[in-house]
Amino acid sequence: MGYPVRRLPLPGHGGQRFQLRVPTDLSQVGEAVEAIVDCCRAGGALSPRLRFRLRTVTAEALANAMSYGNRNNPARWVTVEIEVDENEITLAVTDEGLGFEPDRVPPLRDSDHHEVTSGRGLFMIRHLAEQVTFNERGNTIWMTLTRH
Amino acid sequence: MAITTSRAAGDVTVVTVEGQLIVANRQDLKQVIQDALDGGARKLLIDFGPTAYIDSSGLGALVSINKKVREQGGELRLAGLNEDLRSLFELTKLDTLFVIADSATRALEGY
Repeated sequence: MGYPVRRLPLPGHGGQRFQLRVPTDLSQVGEAVEAIVDCCRAGGALSPRLRFRLRTVTAEALANAMSYGNRNNPARWVTVEIEVDENEITLAVTDEGLGFEPDRVPPLRDSDHHEVTSGRGLFMIRHLAEQVTFNERGNTIWMTLTRH
Repeated sequence: MAITTSRAAGDVTVVTVEGQLIVANRQDLKQVIQDALDGGARKLLIDFGPTAYIDSSGLGALVSINKKVREQGGELRLAGLNEDLRSLFELTKLDTLFVIADSATRALEGY
């Protein structure tokens, strides 16, 4: 199944803007990631490294939005907005949950890495994206990746 | 994406992950490994040669699989991580948990 992609206006900006809505269904994360990467190609070719970073952070953000934000409720959606230009790509991933406080997510201790089976997602996003911010409610994450 | 199993010389079970290892298919990998263990396999190799990316739930699944294999007296090796995936393992310090070879061929040497 392909995802309907809406092209949104982006006045006063040389880039392009897209929106996708993804149902809360973890089995669809892979397909949604590829649809989002396709949108990102609108701003120019993606290097293999940028493609890797994009796929990884997008899969993380979608899985977090579905599992923790939407509590795996299939009636809820995840909205992804993508802004691309020749310099950078910004993804905004929004769930329909109550939000969370990212600063209260405990950091992984060195001794955790070999033991824990969860808790690496936000850690990985923060290392793979140049800029990561959240809205006040905590149900939208913005991730910016530069092309260079 | 596909997860396939084959047998190599030395009684090694080789599991190949094609595409990605993420929240959507991590249970498939865990089941394939469990089936191999149930079938008596004790030398396991996961080949990530055709794998484009792995998310945190995929890494978590590998930690869980490694623990299960060791509990049953087996050994798990990883192979074929591209440069980006290897850096992800280094970032999450999992490069020091697993035996990682450049390729499946190298991993099978002396296994």
